[in-house]
Amino acid sequence: MGSVNMDSLGPIILSLVTFIPAAGGLLILLIPRRDRDIKLFALVISLLAFVASLHLPVHLHRGQGLFKFEIDKVWITSPNIHYHMGIDGISVWLVVLTTFLTPLCVLISWHSIQERVKEFFILLLILETALIGVFTSLDLFLFYFFWEATLIPMALLIGMYGHGRRIYAAVKFFLFTMIGSMFMLAAIVWLYAKTGSFDFVVIQNAIRNGSVPGFEQASLWLFLGFFIAFAVKVPIFPLHTWLPDAHVEAPTAGSVLLAGVLLKMGTYGLLRFDVGLFPEQAHRNAPWVMVLALIGIIYGALVSLVQPNMKKLIAYSSVSHLGLVVLGIFSFTTAGLNGAVFIMLAHGVATGGLFMLAGILYERRHTYEIAEFGGLATPMPKYATFFLFTVLASLGLPLLNGFIGEFLVLSGAFQARPTYGILAATGVIWSACYLLWMYQRVFFGKVKHEVNNTLPDLNLREKAALWPIAVAALVMGVAPLVWLSAIDPAVQAALAPFTQLASRVVGQ
Amino acid sequence: MTTLSHSLPGLLAQVQTFMPPPGADYMRILPELVLSIFGMLVMVIDPLLDEENSHQALGTIALIGTLAALGSTCWMAQYPGTAFSNMVRVEGFSVFFHFLVIAIAAVVILSSFEYLKVQRIRAGEYYGLILFGTVGMCLMSSAIELVLIFIALEISSISTYVLAGFRRRDASSSESSLKYFLLGSFATAFFLYGVALVFGATGSTNIDAISLALHSGGGPVPVLAYVATALMFVGLGFKVASVPFHVWTPDVYEGAPAPVVGLMSTGPKAAAFAVLLRVMFEANAPGRFWLIWVSAALTMTLGNVCALVQNNVKRLLAYSSIAHAGYLLVAFAARPELGTSAAMFYTAAYAAMNVGAFAVVTHFANVGEKYVTLEDYAGLGRKSPVLAATFTFFLMSLIGIPITGGFFAKFYVLSAALKSNLVGLAIILVLNSAVGAYYYLRIIVMMYMREPRGEVPVTPVPAAAALAIAVCVLLTLYLGVLPGRVLDYAAHSAHALVSDTAASSTASASLATEP
Repeated sequence: MGSVNMDSLGPIILSLVTFIPAAGGLLILLIPRRDRDIKLFALVISLLAFVASLHLPVHLHRGQGLFKFEIDKVWITSPNIHYHMGIDGISVWLVVLTTFLTPLCVLISWHSIQERVKEFFILLLILETALIGVFTSLDLFLFYFFWEATLIPMALLIGMYGHGRRIYAAVKFFLFTMIGSMFMLAAIVWLYAKTGSFDFVVIQNAIRNGSVPGFEQASLWLFLGFFIAFAVKVPIFPLHTWLPDAHVEAPTAGSVLLAGVLLKMGTYGLLRFDVGLFPEQAHRNAPWVMVLALIGIIYGALVSLVQPNMKKLIAYSSVSHLGLVVLGIFSFTTAGLNGAVFIMLAHGVATGGLFMLAGILYERRHTYEIAEFGGLATPMPKYATFFLFTVLASLGLPLLNGFIGEFLVLSGAFQARPTYGILAATGVIWSACYLLWMYQRVFFGKVKHEVNNTLPDLNLREKAALWPIAVAALVMGVAPLVWLSAIDPAVQAALAPFTQLASRVVGQ
Repeated sequence: MTTLSHSLPGLLAQVQTFMPPPGADYMRILPELVLSIFGMLVMVIDPLLDEENSHQALGTIALIGTLAALGSTCWMAQYPGTAFSNMVRVEGFSVFFHFLVIAIAAVVILSSFEYLKVQRIRAGEYYGLILFGTVGMCLMSSAIELVLIFIALEISSISTYVLAGFRRRDASSSESSLKYFLLGSFATAFFLYGVALVFGATGSTNIDAISLALHSGGGPVPVLAYVATALMFVGLGFKVASVPFHVWTPDVYEGAPAPVVGLMSTGPKAAAFAVLLRVMFEANAPGRFWLIWVSAALTMTLGNVCALVQNNVKRLLAYSSIAHAGYLLVAFAARPELGTSAAMFYTAAYAAMNVGAFAVVTHFANVGEKYVTLEDYAGLGRKSPVLAATFTFFLMSLIGIPITGGFFAKFYVLSAALKSNLVGLAIILVLNSAVGAYYYLRIIVMMYMREPRGEVPVTPVPAAAALAIAVCVLLTLYLGVLPGRVLDYAAHSAHALVSDTAASSTASASLATEP
């Protein structure tokens, strides 16, 4: 297991990072209903989880094997379910992204959540644990458990604290995800029925050795079973309709985590499980998946262009960006996969930031309509600066984080299929259009509405929430190798079956 | 006349050599004896107490009775074997269902303490009937003689018919009782007819003898046996509310007292499933596969689709119980050994979550069961966070979300189905669970996302009901986090149950897999 030369934290650090938030959430139950104490406590807990999670990338290079910090204990003997956790260079950053965004979510919700404060922060922290668990599980059953566990707190956050049509949005979100994941469950149970194990590594080896009876006939259905669950989450083009509703109605913290982390559960799942377990089927089905991704990129961008609602615009831009991620994954090139993982992180930071900024504006004016604003740069110069910085990061300006991932994905897609690369590049251009046009309409020109003249600029708390976003966007853009050096080995391992596939095709 | 005169000397000789059954035989029906004694005790003490004080005292006696019966079940488990000339058999299987059924009765009695007082229902008959009904359910699980099974079925049915009509001031309760009684007796007649035909086909009413007669000769199975299987399935299908014998369920559940519905939807159902397991798997009934396949598919689909549009929580849960019966039937189409243990686990998990859910509904319904519509639940999350949270937990279990017993129950059924190559049925199950999520979610949405309505009062949960709910929560959680022990036990006893017939039944099952 390679944990011999690790320090004493080695085997338990992953469980600590995963369960600190939920434990904190349960402790909040015991705190009397004094809102200030609850908020402070939630902030401390989420910061603690963040600090603990930093241990992971710092010590990632230690130990052998692809998965680090592994822990493998029997949970249930029959069926054979293990508490098996471990991370590689891909999941480690997603864990850190989650723990990075959660304290900011606590800060941004400080004043916007006035009612049922206790429940809000409990749900937020439980959601954080479930999200981290999704990225750290190596047992398919454990993975499914955390996957479903994200559903309830998120649906409740939308339904209890959202705006206008929150109930419709929450139910739609719940049902879409639930129906998708039922198919994944059936596929997981099939794999268990044939291999007698839920362990990702064991099943992966069994499939590669060809020792799973009936796999040849079933593999397409298994691939699709996992694919539907992940495609709903990403969301891939025809299954995206829940996303704008959920985003527009969700409270700010919900939107941040939804865009920042929940969508990445889908792309992470595609990469780890769909591609990892069924490389041959992934290869075979790549053409239509890439077409769907392209449609998502362009369609998302075009719909963003015409949105009158700021939050809906950012939501559709997510459809577009996540399309790029899927395109990168299914290009099966080193550059494409590295870029896909990098976009996952960069999008989490930049779009999380955009949703926070939109939320700050909503707190002041209680609307997301772009037409309600205009000329905001005059009364709110600091806010305008942060907004511009985040917009530029999101649209992929060189030296900021969006650029690296987009460039890598486009070059990967171009290697795989030049036409797809060119089409995807137009999507990047569109993203500059809709984001800058939105920025122009909100911030430039004269103040059109009298109320906007008196809007207060950012206060200290809001700045504390936005600075980390800006710093992260800049550092990731300037020194991407810090991230990519960890991502690349994991990507190479994921790509290993494809080089074999390709050589076999060439050999024939 | 001649036959009688011929057999008379023999009969006399038998009577003369009649030996009382050995003491161990009585040990093998000890829980039934204990429950009967306590049932009579309740009935006797009832007139001695004045009505005001009797609720608490009688309830306590009944509760002690069930607890004593649980203890005696442990004792009974020490004496495996048959009793009363092969009428009753104590084995892992029957001990499992004894535990389950008696535990259900205990929790239902706990949750009735407050209810009877609020609804002003006489306690003596109520608790007595629950105890006697439990005797019938226990016997159903351990009887291996079809005639005794029938008698046990009637014991449990008759007490539930009466219990359903206990809200005498409410016409819907009387309607419920009458409807249940008329249709129920009709259905049991089918079962009896089936028993008669089995006797005709095999010359015996003993499960083991039937199994032997049906599958040892190697010759063709008589047509009569197929008809008998179908008829017995009609009778038992009524009891477990499988489509198309489900029509009574929503009306009866809507009218009957809420804690009784908690009992009805789990106890007699579990016992009927136990009988079904015996008849289908142990007796190795011929032609069962497609019968169950079709019924399971219809039951799941119809239950879920109808539940989508219900506005009365009791009716909604009635249709949900139909849907769950459908999921359970999927296990009956699987290979005997896998299917039996999955079905046993499912009945246990379903009992824990459904009795819990009805305990919450019972408490919330208030005087005269006024508050049972979905709208009444609006804003419960604000008014009573703990009650709403526990109800949400039960509903999540009914949906099948992980860390609840309901998830593993569905999971085992699904994996039993997939291991038996029932891909079609597995897909229907998966789609149905997705549909099912919606209507449970409607209740959760009501509780948490709507503004409370002022006029619905929420009284604090009294200690007994709280204890009942807590027990259900703990059991649901236990089955959801550490299902291993219960499943191992179920698998073990399932193995013992079907091992003697496994060889022949796997042969027939492999013939009958889906195209």
